[in-house]
Amino acid sequence: MPTSPSEAHDSSAFDLAVVGAGPAGLAAAVTAADLGLRCVLLDGGPSTGGQYYRHPAPGLGAARPDRLHHHWSAYTGLAERLAAHEGAGRAAFRGGHQVWALERTGDGFAVHVTRGPESTDRATVRARSVLLATGAYERQLPFPGWTLPGVVTAGGAQAMLKAGLVLPGRRIVVAGSGPLLLAAASSLVTAGAEVPAVVEATAYLGYARRPGVLASVPGKLVEGAGHGGALLRHGVRLRPRSAVVEAHGTDRVTGVTVARLDADWRPVPGTERRIDCDALAVGHGLLPQIDLATELGARTRTGPDGAVALEVDARLRTSVPGLWSAGETNGVGGADLALAEGELAAHAVAGALPTAPLLRRRARLRAFAELMAAAHRPGPGWTGWLRPDTDVCRCEEVPVSAVREAVDELGAGDPRTVKLLTRAGMGWCQGRMCGPAVACLAGSVVASGPDRRPLGCPVPLSQLAAGPSAEFDDRP
Amino acid sequence: MRRRTPAGLVEAEPGPAHHIEFDGRAVPALPGQSIAAALWADGVLAWRTTRVGGKPRGAFCGIGACFDCLAVVDGRPNQRTCLLPAEPGTTVTTQEGHGRADLAV
Repeated sequence: MPTSPSEAHDSSAFDLAVVGAGPAGLAAAVTAADLGLRCVLLDGGPSTGGQYYRHPAPGLGAARPDRLHHHWSAYTGLAERLAAHEGAGRAAFRGGHQVWALERTGDGFAVHVTRGPESTDRATVRARSVLLATGAYERQLPFPGWTLPGVVTAGGAQAMLKAGLVLPGRRIVVAGSGPLLLAAASSLVTAGAEVPAVVEATAYLGYARRPGVLASVPGKLVEGAGHGGALLRHGVRLRPRSAVVEAHGTDRVTGVTVARLDADWRPVPGTERRIDCDALAVGHGLLPQIDLATELGARTRTGPDGAVALEVDARLRTSVPGLWSAGETNGVGGADLALAEGELAAHAVAGALPTAPLLRRRARLRAFAELMAAAHRPGPGWTGWLRPDTDVCRCEEVPVSAVREAVDELGAGDPRTVKLLTRAGMGWCQGRMCGPAVACLAGSVVASGPDRRPLGCPVPLSQLAAGPSAEFDDRP
Repeated sequence: MRRRTPAGLVEAEPGPAHHIEFDGRAVPALPGQSIAAALWADGVLAWRTTRVGGKPRGAFCGIGACFDCLAVVDGRPNQRTCLLPAEPGTTVTTQEGHGRADLAV
């Protein structure tokens, strides 16, 4: 056979390009192929699964990867169906393909990707429709000592554990806000770490205000109870309405100070207590990863958690014709919702009617997501734990004092002006780590609009200067 | 009782360990691990110093978004060690500042 089916696909436009191979993208690609669409699934990582279903590389020989996952069979089922579609030439998975821009063309989209460990190889994939399933990244709020080695994100600790089977330390405090904390703590203790405390800024009371919504998603309750059970067995203490207000150490973290918070997340003086640890896993919820869509002008909405997400209709269409979105990009809601939305969006792209149970499941899970989002929205008082010399921007090492000077003395009223005056958000991560904090210190609401990033990931100048990639761009 | 470990939890039977070189010494790595994972497994949490304050940094987000885990890998500065595999013989050097001291005039 001269060419594999997947290579043959490159010679003409795909019906659908799915960006991101996590729960939403996998479900979408498999469903789209079921419905007869020729589909390509792109992901920057080497295998499918995304962050949620991240799993050890084959070389690590893990016989029971399911022990680090909730509902692992959902992933393996989708992976098997995808493999069957690939074998039959109906779908193609392209790992190591990092999409850096979407471009609208006369009859669809040019999907620009970089490949290879140094991003030196460039390609353009053509598709009539694009489904964005790029997931989310963690929201971080700075605190004194958060740049110390050993302070890692809660999702980062999860990712390094799931993929590399490693822990950042032996005694790990888990802190911040949101359901990911319980999942992370549960994984860490199960894998052998000691977790002296899970420190959660809210009181968990948000969920209780709408018991009807909770009762309608029993899966979520089971998952929560599972984490709670593991934590209980390992003697992990839950500290609600509290925050890590400082990490201590010189070359690496050796302990943290935890304080009680009031309802606005303001630290209550006199409540501080120290916990010794050699690592801290911290995160304050997730932010939708939507740069590729906002660069095309897609409309957004600010969710109850203060995070900017894509605005979609009941069929998960964005405001950009031909561009669809499923999962966390529509507002963070977890893997079950992402699976449902991927399936739903694929039906819509294919012009097929979804089943009533699927529509109901998606509506139920989305309602639950909105409830969770409201419960874990950061309170304005968190800035009370900052000190003038706390770095806000990790990349450019911009302290709180510089941001406050830009706002109070130089009149900066929005994150962009703060960035121009201080360089906060101008570094390698393009404001992904400091964005929410800078916006808050600049007096904006948690997010005042979508961040604008013309390139979805770093692209070597040599590639941009090279002009259109003839290898792929001349194809019909 | 044997201490619980991540590898024990998932009943991992990895291929034979190899070594990468970190600042001139051998650090063990398992097939499929990233450079950052191999360094964590060896108890190393920092492999970069910042441009302004000279402060130590290592992996933070673990998924390639934060760029805190940059190091000099096989002579190339500014490589994200959380994304790069630890191959046999990979050479990792602590990166100082922007890692381009050789371009100083």
